[in-house]
Amino acid sequence: MTDQLITADLVDLDLPSTGRRAAVQALAERLQKAGRVTDLTQFLADIEAREQQMPTGLEGGIGIPHCRSTAVTVPSLAFGRSTTGVDFGAEDGPATLVFMIAAPEGGNTDHMTVLAALARRLVRKTFKQELHDATDAAAVADYIQKEVGA
Amino acid sequence: MKLLAVTACPTGIAHTYMAAEALEVAAEEAGHEIVVETQGSAGSTPFTPEQLAAADAIILAADVEVRDKDRFVHLPTVTSGVKKAISGADQLIEQAVAAATAAPAVRSTEPGLAVKQSGPGTASKVRGWLMTGVSYVIPFVAAGGLLIALGFALGGYQITEAPAVTEGFDWTSHVSWAALMFQLGALAFGLLVPVLAGFIAYAIADRPALVPGFVGGLVAVETNAGFLGGLVAGLLAGGLIFWMKKWKAPRAIAGIMPVLVLPLIGTAIVGGIMFVVVGQPLAAATTGLTNWLNGLSGSNAILLGALLGLMMAFDMGGPVNKAAYAFAVAGLSTQSQTALLIMAAVMAAGMTPPLALALATTVRKRLFSEVERENGRAAWLLGASFITEGAIPFAAGDPLRVIPSIMAGSAVTGALSMAFGSTLRAPHGGVFVIPLIGNPLGYLVAIVAGTLVSAVLVIALKSLGQKKAATETVPAPRHAATV
Repeated sequence: MTDQLITADLVDLDLPSTGRRAAVQALAERLQKAGRVTDLTQFLADIEAREQQMPTGLEGGIGIPHCRSTAVTVPSLAFGRSTTGVDFGAEDGPATLVFMIAAPEGGNTDHMTVLAALARRLVRKTFKQELHDATDAAAVADYIQKEVGA
Repeated sequence: MKLLAVTACPTGIAHTYMAAEALEVAAEEAGHEIVVETQGSAGSTPFTPEQLAAADAIILAADVEVRDKDRFVHLPTVTSGVKKAISGADQLIEQAVAAATAAPAVRSTEPGLAVKQSGPGTASKVRGWLMTGVSYVIPFVAAGGLLIALGFALGGYQITEAPAVTEGFDWTSHVSWAALMFQLGALAFGLLVPVLAGFIAYAIADRPALVPGFVGGLVAVETNAGFLGGLVAGLLAGGLIFWMKKWKAPRAIAGIMPVLVLPLIGTAIVGGIMFVVVGQPLAAATTGLTNWLNGLSGSNAILLGALLGLMMAFDMGGPVNKAAYAFAVAGLSTQSQTALLIMAAVMAAGMTPPLALALATTVRKRLFSEVERENGRAAWLLGASFITEGAIPFAAGDPLRVIPSIMAGSAVTGALSMAFGSTLRAPHGGVFVIPLIGNPLGYLVAIVAGTLVSAVLVIALKSLGQKKAATETVPAPRHAATV
């Protein structure tokens, strides 16, 4: 296990654009392969439950499927980019940047601080632009990791 | 401008912080200072008293209840959902600045203390005084009423005729025990009006007003001016002492002003006015009220039951609920048949809201969040104990669906209880005093019917608007219990 919030194998620069569930599935599988999610079915159900409460799409082409789940072992971020966009229910259209935030149930405050720092970056224009322009997965992971300062 | 903001979202890991960041950026761009309290899962740092005192306005951007909102009563407030703060932070900042310009924050020279002392207008001050009085009365009513009810249960309705226990007490006779209970209860009841008057006065002008208030209340009892007399005596005593405290006493007697001079002069004046001036008219008014209550029957009584039911459910332990409750309790001291009917209806109507929500969370789990389901389990007991406040967590999370539903059910219960002629001599106790109730079967039917009505309505309304219904966090009830 690692203290990194995100690593290169959690970045998908060519996210399936067939729909929200497909995109979520793809990112969740990456988290599972990395050993950060134990029970994929449980995790997907928790993500979906949050999505049902209120869609997580935000103006400016962002989707942030997220949850706190018992299936999560370590606070993690999976990042996906889609050229055509995936609908996360935002008013102004589909999301091209998808941040899947996975938090362990009852995670301690230190963990949550990292996620809070990430959430704050999501509203910054330069942060978004950098991710739009990035060309390889490792660079994306490095950039995000550096930004949240973990 | 110095702005404050609170952000909070259901999961507490994303939107809370995004909104905070967006507001900070927008405030900086517009040239204002802002401090954001993020009520999320990474813990939140509460505003300091200095920040609260210096602020010009506050933005509450939250999809769940903001914690400790009463810190902000002195500030112009802009509220919105948390998403709106992310996409339209600059507009919220503009609105906050506009709000602060239109109605500047209330400030006091002492930072920190400023927050609590500012605000309430005359009407809410008067209400505060009366509620202080009522809150001190209620334990007397509860203990005294239950003792009286036990006396009746043990010794039958002739217990009022029993000889005083001072004239002989038979340890083995249940009639003696019943008489003991009844007479103790009656003594406690005799204190209701003086305690009410005393503590209303106390709420207004502190300790020196206590004696004039109490004695004024005793005069109200003496002149048969009843509860109305007690209210007048309390307000009179409080007002008088409040004014007298401003006198500049010579140094020599300044020390004995609060313990001797103020109580002495205050009591003489208040007692005199109560005896000579207001006693008679108030006694007439009280008799009129009692006669009117006793004259209520048939459809009028049922309408009254429904009305009281609506009031009991409207704010679940707040001023409207307490007004209905105080009306019923005031009636108890008249011991008229109608008053007992009203007491029964009020208690039943106060029990149904928590019961209905408990039922709704049991039969339609998915309409409620995990926290609400937990509250639902507790609500069974709270409802059964006539603690209407048990419904507050649900109403706080979804007032527009919950409050009309529970009002409808409580109205049904109040009306049915009146129609069935159930009576209650104790002011409290919930299901635990049902053995003491007149026509207990009808009473239970009334409670069950109202519970079903409310539960069905809540479920129907929640199903209609399910998408937005659930929130993850619901604040714990703030109010003290009904009694």
